[in-house]
Amino acid sequence: MDRFFAFVKKEFLHILRDRRTLLILFGIPFAQVLLFGFALTNEIRNAKIALLDNDHSLHSGQITNRLLSSGYFQLVQNLRSYQDIEPAFRKGVIKMVLVFPVGFSNDFEHGKQASVQLLADASEQNTAISLTNYASAIIRDYVDEQQSGNRMPMTIAIASRMVFNPELAGAFVFVPGVMTLVLLLVSAMMTSVTIAREKEMGTMEVLMVSPLNQGQILFGKVLPYLLLSFINGCLILALGVFLLKVPLNGSLPLLLAEMLLFILLALVIGIFISSLTNSQLVAMFSSLVIMLMPTIFLSGFIFPIESMPRPLQIISNIIPAKYFIQIVKGIMIKGVGLGYLYKETLVLMGMTLFFVLMSLRNLKTRLS
Amino acid sequence: MNQSTHKPAVITNKLTKKFGDFVATNEITFSVDKGEIFGFLGANGAGKTTAIRMLCGLLKPSSGEAQIAGYDVYRETEKIKQQIGYMSQKFSLYEDLTVRENIRFYGGIYDLSLAEIRRKTEHILHNLNLHSVADTLVASLPLGWKQKLSFSVAMLHEPQIVFLDEPTGGVDPITRRQFWDMIYEAAHRGTTIFVTTHYMDEAEYCNRVSIMVDGRIQALDTPRALKSHYGVDSMDGVFQILARGTSTK
Repeated sequence: MDRFFAFVKKEFLHILRDRRTLLILFGIPFAQVLLFGFALTNEIRNAKIALLDNDHSLHSGQITNRLLSSGYFQLVQNLRSYQDIEPAFRKGVIKMVLVFPVGFSNDFEHGKQASVQLLADASEQNTAISLTNYASAIIRDYVDEQQSGNRMPMTIAIASRMVFNPELAGAFVFVPGVMTLVLLLVSAMMTSVTIAREKEMGTMEVLMVSPLNQGQILFGKVLPYLLLSFINGCLILALGVFLLKVPLNGSLPLLLAEMLLFILLALVIGIFISSLTNSQLVAMFSSLVIMLMPTIFLSGFIFPIESMPRPLQIISNIIPAKYFIQIVKGIMIKGVGLGYLYKETLVLMGMTLFFVLMSLRNLKTRLS
Repeated sequence: MNQSTHKPAVITNKLTKKFGDFVATNEITFSVDKGEIFGFLGANGAGKTTAIRMLCGLLKPSSGEAQIAGYDVYRETEKIKQQIGYMSQKFSLYEDLTVRENIRFYGGIYDLSLAEIRRKTEHILHNLNLHSVADTLVASLPLGWKQKLSFSVAMLHEPQIVFLDEPTGGVDPITRRQFWDMIYEAAHRGTTIFVTTHYMDEAEYCNRVSIMVDGRIQALDTPRALKSHYGVDSMDGVFQILARGTSTK
């Protein structure tokens, strides 16, 4: 154990001596969180919706069919009552709920204003806006068709409501994404150079000849950065909650624990990259390319995963950030607990274990 | 001369390492006695580094046997690690740590007690006359100082055998001479020295010398015996004959 702590202490000294690394570690996240104030709108295909039809009439049936045949929506659940709506959203699968009240058809045919309700999950803001816009347009088309050749005015009032994020505040959406991206990038880049640096300096050989084992080297490298990145993550979180007013509806300890897990994963990915190459420069650039592009485009951070082509949707399953974004959104905005997020958590744990084992294997054999 | 009771520090028997079709070290067999200064010579690519890596446990041999300090290189690598010191041509110090911090780190990973580390630090600082730069970053030290410090650090845990892989590269002749004084002193205290070098004058300082050519040990004896065998008056001459002998084939 003393051996391990001697190693960890040395790693801390490296970090403290290297001012530029410290600047990257703490400077970039602040700049990123404050600068990323934009959002992009995108087309959606086959968004999963639920139906609460209290009317069971010709018109409610026809409108539902119109929506489903448009290609934008896919019915996955029929709800019985208003109480079912909230749990349906919490599972995170359903993006919108369509509600027909009792007497909808009757009101519509007799010249009274009929009403339809669209509830959308606005923790994914872009998706929510697009979905309600599409649905409204389809319903209006239907009204126009029915109106032609009919003298009585026929109207449907569409009430759309955003759940989880009623004001559609942009920060709600981008803070979990930016937090994820920044933690992943900074953490992975930090560790991606450390082993490559030891190889470049020739000190790696000396470590391998010493009684330190691969596990001690790996976790000795990870531990100082885990601590620093965790402090960093807490700062970003505080920035999001206090400055950008992102709500924190769920459990803070759970969020911090998940954050620690995600940082650990990112650090181990960095170590893995580092174990593959002998050059700091190669390590730095590969971690940038491997992490940055897929994370931005495939994690659901900017582009909704639902609107991606099928092959990209499949690839998105191996992007660690995707799961962490879902976890952060779930805890902060929806306020759900581990019961709803255990799958994502298990995936992150599995990935961490995978990269730990791969890195240990590489450290063992790659020195030749 | 050799007592049968005393076990050699290094024994190899037909030790071989292949990388695909390429045979880097081809059935090398030798033994090194305790307290001996053993020179391991050869041109670049002759297989020296591969051999030294196998002996240190950095590479697994393809075939053959080897024992370091009585421990088997296949099965007892962890025990070997406690018994050996290693110094590479890059000096193996951390440039962004101070002299004192480097010593403390290496003491720590070899599990020396704090009191022991403190005692050894004083000892090294005193011996190498480094008191004035004890808290200076190693990066700013002259090459010769780094080299001597690196050797002292490799000797910190009092290993039975120390492997020096081209320890004098790029160092001026006076410093090299001082460095060899340190090597002699360590050997005198019973440490076995296994050293690779490019400098033929250094080969003369060794008790025995082996010369590797194309993965094989072509010659192994005392410098004096090798010189008389090949009828030349310097190790450089011996080396030229052996190296040329194969290159013209």
